[in-house]
Amino acid sequence: MTPQRERRGAELVAKYPEARSALVPFLQYCQAEDGYVTDQAIADAAELVGITPAEVESTASFYSLLFRHPIGKHVIQVCRTLGCMLGGADELREHIRTRLGVENLETTADGAITYEEVECLAACDRAPVLQHNLEFVYNVTPEKFDSLLETWRRESPAAALPAE
Amino acid sequence: MPIEPVLTKGFGSLDLTDLAVYRSVGGFAALTKALREMTPDGVVAEVMASNLRGRGGAGFPTGKKWSFLPKDGRPRYLVCNSDEAEAGTFKDRMLLENSPFNLIEGLVISAYAVNAKRVFIYIRGEFLAGYRIFQKALAQAYDAGLVGADILGSGYSVEIVPHRGAGAYICGEETAQLNSLEGKRGEPRLKPPFPANAGLYGMPTVVNNVETLMYVPHIIERGAKWFASIGAEKSPGPKVISVSGHVMRPGNYEVPLGIPMRELVMELAGGLRPGRRVKAIQPGGGSSAAIFEEDLDVACDFDSLAAKGTMLGSGAVTVMDDTACMVRCALTINRFFETESCGQCTPCREGGQWVHRMVARLEAGEGSESDLKILTTINRTITGTNLCVLGDSIMPFLSSVYKHFPEEFHDHVRLAGCPLHARSESAA
Repeated sequence: MTPQRERRGAELVAKYPEARSALVPFLQYCQAEDGYVTDQAIADAAELVGITPAEVESTASFYSLLFRHPIGKHVIQVCRTLGCMLGGADELREHIRTRLGVENLETTADGAITYEEVECLAACDRAPVLQHNLEFVYNVTPEKFDSLLETWRRESPAAALPAE
Repeated sequence: MPIEPVLTKGFGSLDLTDLAVYRSVGGFAALTKALREMTPDGVVAEVMASNLRGRGGAGFPTGKKWSFLPKDGRPRYLVCNSDEAEAGTFKDRMLLENSPFNLIEGLVISAYAVNAKRVFIYIRGEFLAGYRIFQKALAQAYDAGLVGADILGSGYSVEIVPHRGAGAYICGEETAQLNSLEGKRGEPRLKPPFPANAGLYGMPTVVNNVETLMYVPHIIERGAKWFASIGAEKSPGPKVISVSGHVMRPGNYEVPLGIPMRELVMELAGGLRPGRRVKAIQPGGGSSAAIFEEDLDVACDFDSLAAKGTMLGSGAVTVMDDTACMVRCALTINRFFETESCGQCTPCREGGQWVHRMVARLEAGEGSESDLKILTTINRTITGTNLCVLGDSIMPFLSSVYKHFPEEFHDHVRLAGCPLHARSESAA
């Protein structure tokens, strides 16, 4: 473990009565640094909280915001549940898939953008909605998506899925 | 019957994320009152007398929940459930982002009432903005001596620890949330033991929803009688209800419980688009059975909706007008539950998947009459056969709309596609 990672791990562990509670926050921290949850992060987490790497794997695999493989600098998560569907999410998803040339949970050929269809994001009053790197975008139309995409492509965010 | 807003007062005009602003409208007066003038048991008694019922979905009386904690000297924990993810619900996110100090005040008073020394707030992973707003407010509250050691010189100390989730609807279920807080997979636990006896780290634990805890300071400040005098007798008080779908003014509305659905949907939320009619409404999130146009006079409270065979749930009203295909609506709900099943119990994991696949076939025009037959019988093998209520949430919407609009389902088989979409396409 790098000294910096060790320091952050100790800070997280100190927040809880039992070390294991720091597991997911620590993996979120590692993911923000490395772009995804690497094998090294699994090993570091196991060491930090005192469980086996297999237990860390099992826990990490439960959570949809932890990725065990490389993802894009941009993660676009589009809601597909009832409220958004009534607001046009089915058509929006089709537009985005075509536009990016990907299916659900795929990354664009250049590695820049990961696309995911997700369940209710708790913003149904401004449907359809998506999150770009966990920031909400409301009332998304195909046109609005296209212009946002241009903007996003010009940016280089520090982390697709920030921990803090 | 509109009421003066309680939690949402000042939203849109005041920046309540600023401690000075929150204080200028009376914020933290209730905390001072509770810590200086009331005993912890006195706070519990006041909340019990108000008959505040949990705003997270179950509607369980909050004071009663608190009173279940055994007095055996073990450390106690208060957990605030801010993992809002029920389809159609968006009130806690708004409350968290707009009024973090009201929540902090509620957390400290409630922790004092149950004598917890540590509070965890479990914030949905997708709510990064809300998490940041809460963190910032919490730091200010610590600096002002409103959280931490010896609060307001009372001798009472409590720490608040924000914890971000990492994506999983099921972690809104209280025992799954405790497992998740312990750094495990967010799988629900077998009950009993209940969290009151063996919760977080095996210790006595209370889990309350964001909105529930935010009403606590107002009850302390204005009294149980004031709260109990608002709304329905057995479901008193105001409640924030999220209205979305085919209405003109979707949004959050803080209303007295017991408000007629017609008033909420047709007046407050602006009614439907011109010329459209109500086809179906989910009154309590994705888990709830639908009600229909003839049910619009039902009162929106825990008991009245239960009497209709559905529920108020978390207070999420999704309106579908007569352009909505019921099979497609059901598809979104059944896809949701297939995706979000934690996989522990076979009827939920496998049943949820089978139901979703059948509905997807029907929607695509590839379903058969035998699929429809299975839909009428599968309920008894899925519902009531799982550790938690996620499994019980798979069938209510689907069963209710199939029962009410059977022809629409049969037409999908007969026409090998959606009759509504075919009609709108030929009209266009």
